[in-house]
Amino acid sequence: MRVALFVTCLADTLFPQAAAATVRLLERLGHEVVFPQDQTCCGQMHVNTGYPDDALRLVRRHVRVFAPYDVVVAPSGSCVGSVRHQHATVARRAGDERLAGRAEEVAARTYELSEFLVDVAGVTDVGAYYPHRVTYHPTCHSLRMLRVGDRPLRLLRAVRGLELVELPQAEQCCGFGGTFAVKNADTSTAMLADKMRHVLATRADVCTAGDASCLMHIGGGLSRLRAGVRTVHLAEILASTEANPAGGAVATPATGGAR
Amino acid sequence: MTETFLGMPATAPPGVGHLRGDEPFPVAARRALGDAQLRRNVGHATSTIRAKSAAVIGEVPDWPQLRAAARAIKTDTMARLPELLEQLEAAVGRAGGTVHWAADAVEANRIVTDLVRGAGADRVMKVKSMATQEIGLNEALMDAGIEPVETDLAELIVQLGDDRPSHILVPAIHRNRAEIREIFLRTMPGVDPALTDEPAALAAAARRHLRETFLSTRVAVSGANFAVAETGTLAVVESEGNGRMCLTLPETLITVMGIEKVVPTWRDLEVFLQLLPRASTGERMNPYTSMWTGVTPGDGPQAFHLVLLDNGRSAVLADPVGREALHCIRCSACLNVCPVYERTGGHAYGSVYPGPIGAVLSPQLTGVADNASLPYASSLCGACYDACPVMIDIPSILVHLRGQAPHPRGEAVAMAAAAYTMDHPALYAAAQRGAKLSRLAGPRGRGLPPPLSGWTASRDLPEPPPQTFRQWWADR
Repeated sequence: MRVALFVTCLADTLFPQAAAATVRLLERLGHEVVFPQDQTCCGQMHVNTGYPDDALRLVRRHVRVFAPYDVVVAPSGSCVGSVRHQHATVARRAGDERLAGRAEEVAARTYELSEFLVDVAGVTDVGAYYPHRVTYHPTCHSLRMLRVGDRPLRLLRAVRGLELVELPQAEQCCGFGGTFAVKNADTSTAMLADKMRHVLATRADVCTAGDASCLMHIGGGLSRLRAGVRTVHLAEILASTEANPAGGAVATPATGGAR
Repeated sequence: MTETFLGMPATAPPGVGHLRGDEPFPVAARRALGDAQLRRNVGHATSTIRAKSAAVIGEVPDWPQLRAAARAIKTDTMARLPELLEQLEAAVGRAGGTVHWAADAVEANRIVTDLVRGAGADRVMKVKSMATQEIGLNEALMDAGIEPVETDLAELIVQLGDDRPSHILVPAIHRNRAEIREIFLRTMPGVDPALTDEPAALAAAARRHLRETFLSTRVAVSGANFAVAETGTLAVVESEGNGRMCLTLPETLITVMGIEKVVPTWRDLEVFLQLLPRASTGERMNPYTSMWTGVTPGDGPQAFHLVLLDNGRSAVLADPVGREALHCIRCSACLNVCPVYERTGGHAYGSVYPGPIGAVLSPQLTGVADNASLPYASSLCGACYDACPVMIDIPSILVHLRGQAPHPRGEAVAMAAAAYTMDHPALYAAAQRGAKLSRLAGPRGRGLPPPLSGWTASRDLPEPPPQTFRQWWADR
């Protein structure tokens, strides 16, 4: 299958290892990956911070860039959620019904990684090997906006060597929320403190999720605590094999920066 | 209304009632977060209600259909609200009641005060009511020399403690039983000094305190959960029986009701009376459901007044996205599941309507500029939307209201610049390389200005990678 990678601005800029892992994983499964060079940002930050007028040009760009492709995949539940639930609204608010219609068409062909793997590609065992104790945080937008359900867990359970441990109160928000993390830094930190407490209670080596943004938040907190738990994007775990273990593509620390 | 209608309906006036806080949410939240006792009390209470509610909702096989039905009824109601209110007015009048229209809090307080005075009373007993808290009725009555007595246990605790409610359903949720015992010992006349903090003992003390009020007060003031347009029937649901006392014992009953509480038909109650108790208190059936239609000679209050309160609701109705907030049945499910509310409690929101529903309702009632920080008091995690028994899409309304909020000038400039940059891939790629400058700040972000310092106060910055993804892709 020919797949257009919607890399997301965050993964492109700060977590390229998650994006590169997505490419390696999809290619290993026999798909052709293309990277439309003119993509930048889906505009979610602008929409959610109260700047729908500024977001309009980014929505228009996103729709124009991805309209030619039959399948679009992103390593992010949140950015796919924005494409699916916000782009047409932003266009309609500006009175551009034609853009809204095209945005809906692009949204219908856009998938979060675990959705693509399980629903479109029809695989749960992607042939990965990752010999670590791992806990999974279901990010809010994956869980409640996209309803990815247990797809990521089914993918993780099929990874050889991986010991999956359940995260207590997993469905609670980590406190990131985009600009919420700086506009309401104290409340965000209080939410993060509880999330980290639950992650540490699992005694996992690695906390994974389908969004680099939430992992940046959890990982930033764990790093500050010198907790010794790494945050690693789901794509990196699924891309990892005996021959090519995680972190092989781009020589950087794991997602989130916990060292 | 005496003014000529010139445009958008008026919002709730400032200087009266409790819809506006004294300080922005982040400032009030910061103080609340420092109160460990508050965090424990609210955390414990919300997690207990959450579990109880989830268990009884799980027993209802057609819960999703009930939610959809409720949303459909409310959408229909809002679409023809003026017509339904006039139908209600006619039905209440036919049944012997009197309907008063109050454009705002000032007018509603004046109407109620005049009615109480007209009945020759200097004391009223109150059924727990959000509408009367919203308009600051107790303060208005006291200013007029009339003593209001709250009869709901939690409202009584709040009133005796000279405190403010912090939850729609459980106004004293921020207090634990030891604190309640202290309030009773300090403020309740004739209380047993050996009072323990056992819940049953505390309830018994309140019961003794209130019994005299029930039997000797001639005027009661209530809110309403529902009003049926076709029959003129009012409904109040409660758990303690104090409401039943107030609604049946006095000579005069005054009900203050937000105009959005009307439902078209008697049969519509079937849907809401299934949803409300399970979503709010986690009960299968509501313990005390009182319904009355006007006046019944020889039985119950012989004078009934219904005050229909606007106070900004017409302005909310005028917003096609925001009006969904008027569907709210005040169950508090969104508060109980909200990770922000659970940590800050209700007072940080500054309004009698706290939590996610408050964050969309208060700014609309007052105008967004007067509550500009509330639409941002959410991580947009979406738990409230899932929990709402009438399916209010709170996250989408929050985002919608953020678009109406006044923005800090520096932020607006930065956002416009970011959008411009991201709409020009070459500039964007250059900016990505510039992101490596954050290396200079170090993981702790030393010297970063606000608001970025808000991040680095508790979280390290990610280490910038040696190359971006698009560089890696190009080199491949």
